[in-house]
Amino acid sequence: MKYRQAYFDEPLLFEKFDGETEPLPEGLVPKALERKSLELPNIPENDVVRHFVRLSEMSFGIDTGFYPLGSCTMKYNPKFTEELAALPEASRIHPCQDESTVQGALRLMYELQQMLRSIAGMDAVTLQPAAGAAGEFTGLLLAKAYHEDRGEQRTQVIVPDTAHGTNFASAAMAGYEVVEIPSKEGLVDLDALKTALNSKTLAFMLTNPNTLGIFEPEILEIADTVHDSGALLYYDGANLNAIMGKTSPGRMNFDIVHFNLHKTFATPHGGGGPGAGPVGVKEPLESYLPVPVIRQDGNEFKLDYDKPKTIGKVHSWYGNFGMFVRAYAYILRMGGDGLTKASERAVLNANYLRFRLQKVLDLPYQELRKHEFVLSCARLKERGLRAADVAKRLMDFGFHPPTVYFPHLVDEALMIEPTETESKETLDSFADAIDVILTESPDVLKSAPHNTAVSRVDEVLAARNPILSWRMWQEQKKAGGEKPQ
Amino acid sequence: MLDALGIASVDELFKDIPESVRINGLTLPAGISEAEAVAKVRKVLGANKTPEKLPSFLGAGIYDHFIPAAVRAIQSRSEFYTSYTPYQPEISQGVLQALFEYQSMMCELTGMDAANTSMYDWATALGEAALMAHRIHGGKEFVVGRAMGRERLQVLRSYASGVGLKIKMVEFDANTGQLDLDMLKSQVGPDTCGVYFENPNFFGVFEEKVDEIRSLVPSVLVVGANPLSLAITKPPGEYGADIVIGEGQGLGNPPSYGGPLLGVFAVKKEHIRAMPGRIIGMTNDAKGKRAFCMTLQTREQHIRRQKATSNICTNEALVSIASTAYIAVLGGSGLRKLAVENMTAARDLARNINHLRRFKAPMFKSAHFNEFTVRSKIPYSRVHRELLRRGLHGGLSLEDRFPELGHVALFATTDVHGENERERIIKALGAIE
Repeated sequence: MKYRQAYFDEPLLFEKFDGETEPLPEGLVPKALERKSLELPNIPENDVVRHFVRLSEMSFGIDTGFYPLGSCTMKYNPKFTEELAALPEASRIHPCQDESTVQGALRLMYELQQMLRSIAGMDAVTLQPAAGAAGEFTGLLLAKAYHEDRGEQRTQVIVPDTAHGTNFASAAMAGYEVVEIPSKEGLVDLDALKTALNSKTLAFMLTNPNTLGIFEPEILEIADTVHDSGALLYYDGANLNAIMGKTSPGRMNFDIVHFNLHKTFATPHGGGGPGAGPVGVKEPLESYLPVPVIRQDGNEFKLDYDKPKTIGKVHSWYGNFGMFVRAYAYILRMGGDGLTKASERAVLNANYLRFRLQKVLDLPYQELRKHEFVLSCARLKERGLRAADVAKRLMDFGFHPPTVYFPHLVDEALMIEPTETESKETLDSFADAIDVILTESPDVLKSAPHNTAVSRVDEVLAARNPILSWRMWQEQKKAGGEKPQ
Repeated sequence: MLDALGIASVDELFKDIPESVRINGLTLPAGISEAEAVAKVRKVLGANKTPEKLPSFLGAGIYDHFIPAAVRAIQSRSEFYTSYTPYQPEISQGVLQALFEYQSMMCELTGMDAANTSMYDWATALGEAALMAHRIHGGKEFVVGRAMGRERLQVLRSYASGVGLKIKMVEFDANTGQLDLDMLKSQVGPDTCGVYFENPNFFGVFEEKVDEIRSLVPSVLVVGANPLSLAITKPPGEYGADIVIGEGQGLGNPPSYGGPLLGVFAVKKEHIRAMPGRIIGMTNDAKGKRAFCMTLQTREQHIRRQKATSNICTNEALVSIASTAYIAVLGGSGLRKLAVENMTAARDLARNINHLRRFKAPMFKSAHFNEFTVRSKIPYSRVHRELLRRGLHGGLSLEDRFPELGHVALFATTDVHGENERERIIKALGAIE
């Protein structure tokens, strides 16, 4: 399939500003604070709608085409969950409402916690963190509270070199020194881990399967080693879609886990968010969970703030409730059997695509993968090509490119996660496109994409000469600065 | 596909998971049809009381405004809501331009030069602002006005704990509800990396002595604002704010029981490289056409890892797009008109409540935006129960948050209230013995 994305020379909304600001009624706003001008455009609704529809046509979602972004789990977002989240009973309730008037919301959250607990094999769950990284941060604050409660001041967090960038950043934000350990054959090097672990280690953060899509077979030894040093084992749930019903973080002896509802549980990614990053823990950490926790008292649900050991709060209210509604509906619809099948199909799709593509690109490390795999484009370098060139050219065929240049231990990495919701035909057409691309002349690839709204974007100029708002652009135009036009 | 892989069953693809950690399926109930799932979720949610059945005067940072249908229609374009973060700019120009427009609108409202595409909510924006002030200045103390939401303070403490930032409080003036400037003076010192106050503050009260506050802050000034109020009040950039944050939910997004929300985060030009979060920049494509892309990514976790300015990855982009559409649909004039109407309605409602025998409103002698304090002669919990009995949800009790104020609650009114709802609340309050 060839693809042609729409292009509109669509002006910025601000380019339609008419320069008028109406005066305020006398005596309403205190004089010292009165605002004289507000430079926002006034545009007829019809034109506003056209503006955004045109912008949407210059965008690409899962509904447009295949989106095999590694570690992002871009599965189909069911439509019925959107309708449910938009119901006034879900969307128009206020977080400060009397508990007796939001029993449905509290029940839904309570039951979603139970579902996640059961899927992950953990003892308790908080829904509060708004995204995966917020979940990591929360998990580390929980680990900190746990250790401090035992009179221990620990200062380091260990992270493998294959980990998501957020692991490092979350550890730093929680105030910890990050100790990175190298992997061996794409897996945790148990000796390196043992060397790194000591009485200062707060936690070891791991995703299993890891970002290469490889399952860590020595996971119980890893857990024992970590626990022997008194540290906790943290599960980055970004890759949970590979293992539902087959194993669980709890079964693997993890102490803390975060979920990404916007990955595993099919809530849409919204062009970058909102997501939701609930956190599950084993019993010894339960008393530190953020407040409030939801309690069931007979047939009634309550928000309980009386938790003397709590870490406090990580979000204004209870988390991204709109995402909870979608994930809850999705889990009900799928059921335990459906989720297990989803993982099976996700792993089958990944291995089938891996099988097709390892014929034409290199697959470092072992063959069997879980939900994703990482190819190396290093051999294309002799033709002057890079992974990014293949990625950019894929867009001309109507595919969103895979994740590129991650994980770092694979040279010229293409990280591919097809998910369970794609058909064999789609996987084949993607593999066929790569076959074709690899036979094309380097010039075609290096100048790609050709069929998208714009051609290759100058990201270097954007960083060198930051224009981050209409205001900054107007100033720059006045100063006669360098491009853009 | 099994044939191609030369395997008989999908089980063989899981043989790398050791028996010792295997589970045999999930213990959740079996799947159900879409129709059954819809019926079940509707039934659960049916126990919630919406403002249609129970008009509510709750605010405290989350506001139920009327949302034009065009906003939902725009936000529901699946090219927007089913896309990922626009890491590949060539195929994502629409999302990128919409987010650039969002940044531009937030800059215009706040009087700042640059904005990121969102933080999770106002509270985490505050946490990030404190960390950013620490990065800029180096000081280990962050001073905040006490007239703020308790939830924001709790989140701030969580964020501040990592670098060991000390939070110092400044009281509000018991008469005006505005920041106690003498106390501010005494709390600020050489180790103060930043000062934060809200305008309007948690009581809905406008801080009027903004220039004086600025002159008392030797380091980073962070201002929190309701963005709607900025349509009619001086942008904090004009009184010297370095960072402006706020809750953008009210701009075209429903309350959703407190999430998803929209953490507004805007800064002055000189601070852009210290900012957290994703930022969209304007540039060119290879053929010289105007184009947009994510920029200054070397601040971010996927490049900079533990040296990043924040750990944030997934944010609230779709909420930002909805807010952009909302502001565009209302237009600058419409937004200003709405702010005037909300403020006027709150002023009039407070006056009417103040006429009642058992109530005083507002209790502070200051102008307020769309919410205000109501002091009652009887415990507010009793007032609350009486209102519920009459099919109304009153404001948020402040009795446990600010016990020194007595029986006080925070009431908000917005454009979802008609004369009818406002008359009902006045009548119901008047009938309480």
